[in-house]
Amino acid sequence: MSDIKIKIKDREGVLHEVDAPTDMNMNLMEVVRSYELAPEGTIGVCGGMAMCASCQCYVISDHDLPEKSDDEDAMLAEAFYVEDNSRLGCQIHMTSDLEGLEVVLAPES
Amino acid sequence: MIKTDILIIGAGPTGLFTVFEAGLLQLKCHLIDALPQPGGQCSEIYPKKPIYDIPGFPEVLAGDLVSNLMEQIKPFQPGFTLGERAQTIEKLEDNTFVVTTNKGTKHQAPIVAIAGGLGSFEPRKPLLENIGRFEDKGVAYIIKDPEIYRDKKVLIAGGGDSALDWSIFLADVSKEVTLVHRRNEFRGALDSVEKVQRLKNEGKITLITPAEVIGLEGDKQLETVLVKIAGDDEPVRKQIDNFIPLFGLSPKLGPIADWGLEIEKNAIKVDNTLDYQTNIPGIYAIGDVNTYPGKLKLILCGFHEATLMCQSAYQRIYPDKKYVMKYTTVGGVNGFDGSKKEAPKAVVKVIE
Repeated sequence: MSDIKIKIKDREGVLHEVDAPTDMNMNLMEVVRSYELAPEGTIGVCGGMAMCASCQCYVISDHDLPEKSDDEDAMLAEAFYVEDNSRLGCQIHMTSDLEGLEVVLAPES
Repeated sequence: MIKTDILIIGAGPTGLFTVFEAGLLQLKCHLIDALPQPGGQCSEIYPKKPIYDIPGFPEVLAGDLVSNLMEQIKPFQPGFTLGERAQTIEKLEDNTFVVTTNKGTKHQAPIVAIAGGLGSFEPRKPLLENIGRFEDKGVAYIIKDPEIYRDKKVLIAGGGDSALDWSIFLADVSKEVTLVHRRNEFRGALDSVEKVQRLKNEGKITLITPAEVIGLEGDKQLETVLVKIAGDDEPVRKQIDNFIPLFGLSPKLGPIADWGLEIEKNAIKVDNTLDYQTNIPGIYAIGDVNTYPGKLKLILCGFHEATLMCQSAYQRIYPDKKYVMKYTTVGGVNGFDGSKKEAPKAVVKVIE
């Protein structure tokens, strides 16, 4: 079994508990898109290059996430609605360490 | 009025390749794009990033793909209306369409091909509640004419290439240039970062970092911005003439959404069993902007869609003409500029 359970609160405030595969080279932004938790065209606009911040989310569980890359850090420095726990979903890869991850999608901007 | 056979909205890879396929059928094209340069996302968002799934190119930089496409379509002399957004469409009695841009440029064609990607790129506006009130009254998101800022006190916000490059440029033009960014680090070409450092040392650019503009004040015209430096309790009040937030661009489907086309999931529904035509005959949608069962937003899919769409467009324009598709290897490429590319003829010679 290579799925993990993660909780995603969408932009309308609805909480979804979804199964995310860890063996498909997927990131959090792609998981959100695969479950259509945000309308197409409003998330993952740049395709996952850390170049648009449309997949920004707030991490609320205390998981030990990998450090931000320079690209992600720089993009978040220019995004809006940024909080201390902001991350770009496209830079968070689904691994078994992230079982139980809880995130909230940031508003569209 | 600009007249053409196929009016293409969007000058990304799909729109550009449409010119080639149309050209093989002797159809002329004109392209409209909101960005000031052709290439769409490939030029605007990731020109230096590699793409690995263009058939025949094991690896190609997005910017190089655009240059190659421009070279490939050159013989077909496409027209361009750049830096303008397609705003309205009107169908005339002779079944042709007139598309007008936000700047009033009019284009007429019997076929409209929407290759609009994710939409037109609009500047991302900072979240300041009264910013709308000062738009064109001291606030601008795009620099169109730098002369406006001559001898003015200008404040630029942002940390990317455009914030750096315009700060450098305006340092020579404006009376005073202040650059505000939320971090101490800037993301830009090394050369630009170093130049800003030098101008800062020379006192030609004032750098305020890590800081953020949190308020705007003024009567009819913008007069003061409130800049909050991280860690400080109170913001600094700064008298300025112009505030230019440069936080990048984000694509919005925009006015096309109001053209009466069937929209699903922020994309235009098309007939993928035939020719990628929309619910309005004569208007096609190709590339990332369209949707149909199984749709994939890939450049290579856009190329295929463009090719089929051009065949359908030809039949629509010339319903009575007989035509069969010809390989470029056989027919060559006959440019509208008189250029001719063709396969070299085999040499027939006796070997004695």
